[in-house]
Amino acid sequence: MAVLWIAVLLAALTLGGFFAGRMRALQTAGGDPRLLHSLPSYSGTLVAMATLLPALILYVLVVVFRADPVLQIVVTVVGALIGLALSLRLIARDFRARNAVEAGIKGLLIAAASLAILTTIGIVLSLVFNTIEFFRLYPITKFFFGTEWTPSFGGGSELGILPLLWGTLYISFIALAVAVPIGLFAAIYLSEYATRSVRGVVKPLLEVLAGIPTIVYGLFALLTVGPFLLSIFGPAGPTAAFADGGWMHAGTAVMTAGLVMGIMLIPFVSSLSDDIINAVPQSLRDGSYGLGATKSETIKQVVLPAALPGIVGAVLLAASRAIGETMIVVLGAGAAARLSMNPFEAMTTVTAKIVSQLTGDADFASPEALVAFSLGMTLFILTLGLNIFALYIVRKYREQYE
Amino acid sequence: MSDATLHDAQPTKRSLHQIDARTKRRNAAESRFKMLGIGAIGIGIAFLVILLSTIVVNGVSAFQQSFLEVPVYLDPAKLDKKGNRDPADLKKATTFTYAPLIEKGLLEVVQTAGIETPLSKTKDMKNLISSSAAAQLRDRVLADPSLIGQTVTAKILASSRVDGYLKGRVHRAEIAQDKNITVEQLDLADALIKAGILHKSFNLDFILGSDASDSRAEQAGIGVSMLGSFYMMLVVLVLALPIGVAASIYLEEFAPKNRFTDLIEVNISNLAAVPSIVFGILGLAVFIQFAHLPQSAPLVGGLVLTLMTLPTIIISTRAALKAVPPSIRDAALGIGASKMQATFHHVLPLAMPGILTGTIIGLAQALGETAPLLLIGMVGFIATNAPDGFWDGFVSPNSAMPAQIYEWAKRADPAFYERAWGGIIILLIFLLGMNIIAIILRRKFERRW
Repeated sequence: MAVLWIAVLLAALTLGGFFAGRMRALQTAGGDPRLLHSLPSYSGTLVAMATLLPALILYVLVVVFRADPVLQIVVTVVGALIGLALSLRLIARDFRARNAVEAGIKGLLIAAASLAILTTIGIVLSLVFNTIEFFRLYPITKFFFGTEWTPSFGGGSELGILPLLWGTLYISFIALAVAVPIGLFAAIYLSEYATRSVRGVVKPLLEVLAGIPTIVYGLFALLTVGPFLLSIFGPAGPTAAFADGGWMHAGTAVMTAGLVMGIMLIPFVSSLSDDIINAVPQSLRDGSYGLGATKSETIKQVVLPAALPGIVGAVLLAASRAIGETMIVVLGAGAAARLSMNPFEAMTTVTAKIVSQLTGDADFASPEALVAFSLGMTLFILTLGLNIFALYIVRKYREQYE
Repeated sequence: MSDATLHDAQPTKRSLHQIDARTKRRNAAESRFKMLGIGAIGIGIAFLVILLSTIVVNGVSAFQQSFLEVPVYLDPAKLDKKGNRDPADLKKATTFTYAPLIEKGLLEVVQTAGIETPLSKTKDMKNLISSSAAAQLRDRVLADPSLIGQTVTAKILASSRVDGYLKGRVHRAEIAQDKNITVEQLDLADALIKAGILHKSFNLDFILGSDASDSRAEQAGIGVSMLGSFYMMLVVLVLALPIGVAASIYLEEFAPKNRFTDLIEVNISNLAAVPSIVFGILGLAVFIQFAHLPQSAPLVGGLVLTLMTLPTIIISTRAALKAVPPSIRDAALGIGASKMQATFHHVLPLAMPGILTGTIIGLAQALGETAPLLLIGMVGFIATNAPDGFWDGFVSPNSAMPAQIYEWAKRADPAFYERAWGGIIILLIFLLGMNIIAIILRRKFERRW
C-alpha cells in the first residue's frame, strides 16, 4: 500500500518539520522568544506547511500520471524533504514567519472557496465532452426534434427528447397545480392571520414534508398513491363507466408522480412565499386598512400584487425543483416514453431516462448510454436558466422595498 | 369631484349594529378567504399525517419475523462421513445436505404434535422453511463441530410466503397460481401456530443483517447498507466540514469585492439548485470514468455527496459567521491580533454551534439522497457482505440505506415492499435523531448579541 506508506512518512516529516522549525527559530534568538518577530510555533508551522504542500501536489501529479508505487513514494518524500530544507534555511530572528503562514492559510481558504467553481467546471466538462461524443454518433436534429424514444442497445434506436420533455413538463405542471395553491394559501394564512403560537407549530410541521427524503415519496407514489388512484380511475373503479376500461391502466402514471411531487413541493412554495409576503412593508397594509378595506381585500388587492414578482420567482424555483426531481418519477411515473394528453397514462421524464440509460451493464461508448449525458446537459441548462431567471426576479423585487 | 355625490347623499337611518347587505357580503368573503388558508394548511398537515401513518402501518411488520422452533438431529452419517470432525471435511457438506435434516425435523415435530395433515413427506415441508435456514444451520455447525450427533433446537426462519400469511399479506384466495405455497401448507401453518411451534418474534437481523437475493425476502436486512451509509457520511463529514468552513471564512471575512468573488458566489448559489442527478453524472464521469475509482464504493458516493452538500454547509456557515458581531473582531484587532488570528481565535469559536447545526442538517440531507447513488452503481449491487476492516469499508462495493430501499422497491416479490417501508422507518429515525441533535445544539448554544 503506497498510500499508507506515503501518509505515514509525510506525517512524520511534517511533525519533524514543525519541531525543527520551532527549534531553529529559538536557536537564532538565543533561546529568548521575545527577540523573535513571530512566535516560535509560527516558524514551526511554516516549515510544516512547506514540507506538506509540495509533497501533496507532487502526490496528486504522480497519481494522475499513474507512476508505479515505489516512484510515488520516492517522489513525494523527496519533494517533502526539499520543502523542509528550503524553508528551514529561511527561519531567522527577524523572519516574518507569521505573515508567511497567514498568507499560506489564506491561499488554502481561497482554494477551498474555488472548489465551487471547480465543481461547476467539472459538471460542465463531463456533460459537454460526452454530449459532443453523442452528437457524433447521433444526429443533433433528431435528438431535439424526434418524437420517438425507443432505445435498444442492439442498435437502430430512436432517441428523440420530445416525449421525455413532454412527460417532464406534464408531471411538473401537475405538481405545481397541487403545490402552488396549497402552499400559497398556507403562506398567506401563516403570515397574515395566524397567531404566533399557531405559526410556531404549523410552520415546522409543514417543513417536515421538506425534510423527508425523496426516496420515501417515491415509495409512497409507487405503493400507496398509485394503487389508490388505480382503484378510482382504473378499469374496476367508479369512473370506468365514463371511459371504456377506465382511464388508468397501471399504478404508475403522470398523475401519481405529479400528485406526490406536489406534496413534496408544498413546504418549498409556502416558506418561500412566506418570506416574500413578510417582506411587503406594513405601511402598505396600514394604508389599505385606513381606507376601510378588510383584511382579505387588503391581501388580495395590496399585499399580493406587491408580492407578485417574488411569488412568481418562488413558483419558478419550485418548477426547477420539479423538473430535476428524480426518485419520485423513477418509481411513480412509469418507463414508457409517450406523447399523450391523458394524465392517467404512464409517461417518463428526462431524469428517469438518465437513470435507466446509465444503470446496468451498458457500454459507455454507445449512443444509448451517451444520450444520458445530453439529457443531463438539457436538464442542467433548463434548471440553471429557470434558477437564474427566478433569482433575478426575486432580487429585483426585494430592492424595490429596501 | 365629490360635490356631485354630496347632493345625492342620504343620511343613513340604520344603526351601525345593523349590518347591510354589502358589509355582509364583504364579511362573508373575508371568512371564506380565511377558511381557504386554514384549508390549505389542513391539507398540508393531512398529507403529512397520511404519509407518516402509511410508513408506520406498512413498515412495522418488517421488524417482526416468523420463526419455527425445530429440533434438528445433526446426523453424523450425513454431515461427517469420515467421522473425524475435520473442519475441511465438514465444509464439503453443502446446504443441500442440511436442508433435508431440517425438513425431517419439522416433519417429526408435526407428527409428534398430532397435527392432522395430508402432508406426510419431508419434501412437503420445504415450502414452509426459508431456503436460508440450511445455510444458517451449516454456519452454526461449522462454528461448533461438536454439535454433530446431537439434536439441537434451531430457531429457523419461516419462508416468506408463510411469513406473509402470518402478517396478512398472503391470502388463501390468491395462492392458486403460487408454486411456492399450497393451501394444505397454510393449514399446517395454522396448526403449527396453535402448537406454539410457529410464531412471530422481533427480528434483529432486519436491522443488523445483510441483504439477501431475490428469492429470500425473509432474510434481507439493512445492516450492511447502513454501514455503507455510515462510511459515506464519514467521507462527507471529513471533507465537507473543513472545506465548507474554509470557503465560508474566506468569503465572509477576507474576500475583497471583485469579479472573482462574485464568480464564486454565483457558482455556490447555482450549485445549490442543480438537480442531484446531475451530481451523479459528474461522479460517474469524473470519479469513475476519469479517475478510475471503484464503482459502488462508499468513497465515491461520499465524494459526490460532499460536492452536493458543500453549498448547503457554506450557506449556513456564512450565516453563522455573519451573526458574530463586528465588535468581537474589532476588540481582537484592537489588542494587536492579526486578521487571521481574530478570525480563528475569536470569530470561529463563537460561530461554531451555528456551523455544526448547519453541518448536521447538510449531513441529514446527504443521508437521504438517492439519485446520484444510482449512477455510481450503488443500486443493483446486493450488499450481502460486511466490509472486512475499517479501511476496506471505504473502497469495497456496498449499498447505502436509501439505495437499498430503492432496490427493494424495484424487486418483483411484494415481500420486499414491507422491507422497503421498514428501511424507511430506520432511515427516518436516523434523520429525526440528527435533526433533534441540531435543534438541541442550536437551543443550547444559541447566543443573541
